[in-house]
Amino acid sequence: MARFAPDTLATALEIISRYPVPKSAVIPLCHLAQEQDGWLTPEAMTHIAELVGVESAEVLGTASFYEMLKLEPVGRYLVNICTQLPCMLLGADELLEHAAHTLGIHPGQTTADGVFTLEGAECQAACTEAPCLQVNYRYFHRVTHDEVDQIVADLRATGRTTVPTKSGDTGDIPPHGTLARIRQHIPADTRAGNALPNRNIEPAWLSPPEPAANTTGGS
Amino acid sequence: MAPPVVKLLSSRWDDPNSHTLDSYRDAGGYVALRKALTSTPTELHDLVKRATLLGRGGAGFPAGIKWGFTPPGKFPRYLVVNGDESEVGTYKDRPLMEREPHQLIEGCIIACYAAGLSQCFLYVRGEMALAQERIAGALNEAYAAGFIGKDILGSNFSVDICLHWGAGAYIVGEETALIESLEGNRGMPRLKPPYFPAAIGLYGQPTIVNNIETLSNLPWLINNGVDAYKQYGSETSPGTRLFAISGHVNRPGIYEVQQGITTFRDLIYDDEFCQGIRGGRELKMFIPGGGSAPWFFPEHVDLPLEARPVGAAGSMLGSGAIVIMDDTVDAVAACLRIVRFFAGESCGKCTPCREGTSWLETILRRILDGQGRPEDIDALMDIGDNISPGPYPAASFEAEGLAAVPFPPKQTTICPLGPSAVAPIVSTVRRFRHEFEAKITRRRSIPVTSLSVGGSPLEAATHA
Repeated sequence: MARFAPDTLATALEIISRYPVPKSAVIPLCHLAQEQDGWLTPEAMTHIAELVGVESAEVLGTASFYEMLKLEPVGRYLVNICTQLPCMLLGADELLEHAAHTLGIHPGQTTADGVFTLEGAECQAACTEAPCLQVNYRYFHRVTHDEVDQIVADLRATGRTTVPTKSGDTGDIPPHGTLARIRQHIPADTRAGNALPNRNIEPAWLSPPEPAANTTGGS
Repeated sequence: MAPPVVKLLSSRWDDPNSHTLDSYRDAGGYVALRKALTSTPTELHDLVKRATLLGRGGAGFPAGIKWGFTPPGKFPRYLVVNGDESEVGTYKDRPLMEREPHQLIEGCIIACYAAGLSQCFLYVRGEMALAQERIAGALNEAYAAGFIGKDILGSNFSVDICLHWGAGAYIVGEETALIESLEGNRGMPRLKPPYFPAAIGLYGQPTIVNNIETLSNLPWLINNGVDAYKQYGSETSPGTRLFAISGHVNRPGIYEVQQGITTFRDLIYDDEFCQGIRGGRELKMFIPGGGSAPWFFPEHVDLPLEARPVGAAGSMLGSGAIVIMDDTVDAVAACLRIVRFFAGESCGKCTPCREGTSWLETILRRILDGQGRPEDIDALMDIGDNISPGPYPAASFEAEGLAAVPFPPKQTTICPLGPSAVAPIVSTVRRFRHEFEAKITRRRSIPVTSLSVGGSPLEAATHA
């Protein structure tokens, strides 16, 4: 099931419809494929290429540039431990080493049961909350070694963890590939519509000397 | 004494429901949009120009001037919002997206109205799942309430905001790479000129690229006016700015401060902010504006948070990211960590950067591992000179009689990523050459120190 299933395909078409040029949807569709399959399969890339009207090699060309798009299977939980300078100053290297020991793998590897992949990561924009890590891009701030062990044990057992994230995220971690669980949806009757390039149309609100807003504003 | 704390953008961050439409409207949300629509786009554009709203992404370019760069008569124009926050040490756009998504959305809509931009693409860093959820939820609420979309609030102003997300590539924060990525391509910066995508941007059309924090300022600015905005900060840098202070301070955090009049000393030592270096230790060095910025040292803490003096002193405020390092930090190890970042994130388009950053990393690694060669320090500087020729921006070093070299660096590359990798090298070699030499000549680490030692006492000791 590496091409898009019918319901996923409907989502894919909706995403494409939000762009004036379909190819712009390539990266969001690659994420959608990962949400379906856990990683980005060659079949999914072919399907994406068909949908946006490019060659599949172009999709691969784009996908292979980006860190998050996984061209090989990864674990159900991708643990990214930030080791960039602000986190390094507060013990990130030791945290990564500890996690590797707990999981019994080196950074870059996946556990034999396919549950965890461990990676050392670059800056995650949580620098004041160091050391930090992400599990499937859900943040955990100011993480201790014991908390890493607990997160691993909890996720292996139940798929959610009671370890406080201290980040605004919940400990409810969807499988790898699922990013936002809330999607943008624009009802057809409220859409302004795509602004197509090369159609030199001046925006309506710029052209009239008296903006229509004057009749409704100030309320 | 630090200037009084004023929160224009971050006052509601502690409210767990601040991301919802109800909460935002209770706090006066979307009143600015209504107010904006009673003015003409020209009047609004003029207001933003008069406010000197400086871009908060790194370059500090005035937003109102940037909006004016679009060529007349060429439509459609697009707005691309840069939410790809990934500069080392930078953490301020993410909370604005997670906790105040409606403030951001309102800012985007106002910008589109004022600058005549027909469609908005809100590019959020891929790794920020919660920010994507919060913005998606907020957009859905705002559409349902009639604040975005067709005939906004009954006017003839219509614009869609499309939430877009990346997939993990630091270079995409460069505005032309951001546009390439948004077009579905590898995120590689475009050849300049044109220097601004305002002329030729997304799909070859005029495009304004603004940072999250810049746009988040608009609702407050419209509600309160230019004079109220300009009462904060300095004449040339009005308003507030968010700074993330990380590393070895007692109370790391994101602080909203008045630009221009607050100093690094205020941020690092004041009780209101970081409350000093951890454990009462000494400050050894600090990065004033993200991983790309040349480093400062203890004697530079009294500089104000203002672009011009910081630039003249040899660095930049960049993205509001300050990394504090105490006297336990190994300068070579810290340098390698930043260089490793740029080597890994180089897109590979320009040879000096693609090859140079990797060589810098390789050489630094072997020095750190005790395998350094006597010529390695010169090699580091030489490779740096190939990426960024001429004197590289650096802080003054009085003990050695070295004056500051002002920002910015020159570059043999299309974008500033390559030259950024040179910043930590020049900063640390100039200041802590003895630490490099010790690792090379004695092939092991020495106890590090915050003292700036002139010459090379260790070399002398070795030969004694």
